[in-house]
Amino acid sequence: MIAVLWIAGALAVAGALGVVIAKTPVHSVISLVVNILALAALYLSLHAEFMALIQVIIYAGAIMILFLFVIALLTARKDPVERSEGKLEGQRELGIVAAVTGAILMTAVALSAGFGRPVAQEALPSGFGSPAAFGRELLTTHILSFELTAFVLMAAVIGVVVLVGQRKL
Amino acid sequence: MTLSLSVVLAVSALMFGLGVYGALTQRNAIRVLMCIELVLNSVNINLVAFSRYVGPDQALGQVFTVFVMTVAAAEAAVGLAIILMVARRKAHIDIDQINLLKW
Repeated sequence: MIAVLWIAGALAVAGALGVVIAKTPVHSVISLVVNILALAALYLSLHAEFMALIQVIIYAGAIMILFLFVIALLTARKDPVERSEGKLEGQRELGIVAAVTGAILMTAVALSAGFGRPVAQEALPSGFGSPAAFGRELLTTHILSFELTAFVLMAAVIGVVVLVGQRKL
Repeated sequence: MTLSLSVVLAVSALMFGLGVYGALTQRNAIRVLMCIELVLNSVNINLVAFSRYVGPDQALGQVFTVFVMTVAAAEAAVGLAIILMVARRKAHIDIDQINLLKW
């Protein structure tokens, strides 16, 4: 059982690597889906059942399909928009420095800091992470933030319509 | 049955590093957006892991993850709309050539 989780962690990292080194954008999307599904497995092991569910439905289901649609729109024409494969040469060293510094710092903190003993399985509140407990938390304690996300999504929808939907009705 | 907190944080750190590297160096704007999604996902797994291991009396980390996902969805939608606009006008999405706001 624990081996499955190690495989999920390795798949998450491999998917992330695939996003960066993939030859075409479609392969990047597929790698990102692998990464997201592996993360959903990790969520399940961390007692976040509801999070795993919406990770699969929203991320792998909705956002990745959005990416695929845009890639299909932009690359299925006579002159595909991606002409020059590859990286921005001037920023490669800078990117490597930033990425390695960030990853090493975070890993060092994660490995060195004693976060105390993990909470035992039995000490978790019953139903921790289940849809019922999650919904109660979201719709009672954090109701204001929850309502405000509706405004964020509304602003995004209006922005997209203003940007792309220019055809006169 | 869970991995230890350090392992989850190490996975998240590696994902974060790869995402930052991709976002800084990719030439294609769609790939840059995907790398940003990678960074946001690495934050999400951190939040969920800390919610499980450090403060399980309330599911605060999990609730915050929903808000991160909302912002990620909005960012992807608006970003892809901007990319579509740019592709419509300039017939490419090479972010090295899109330098209208560069001083």
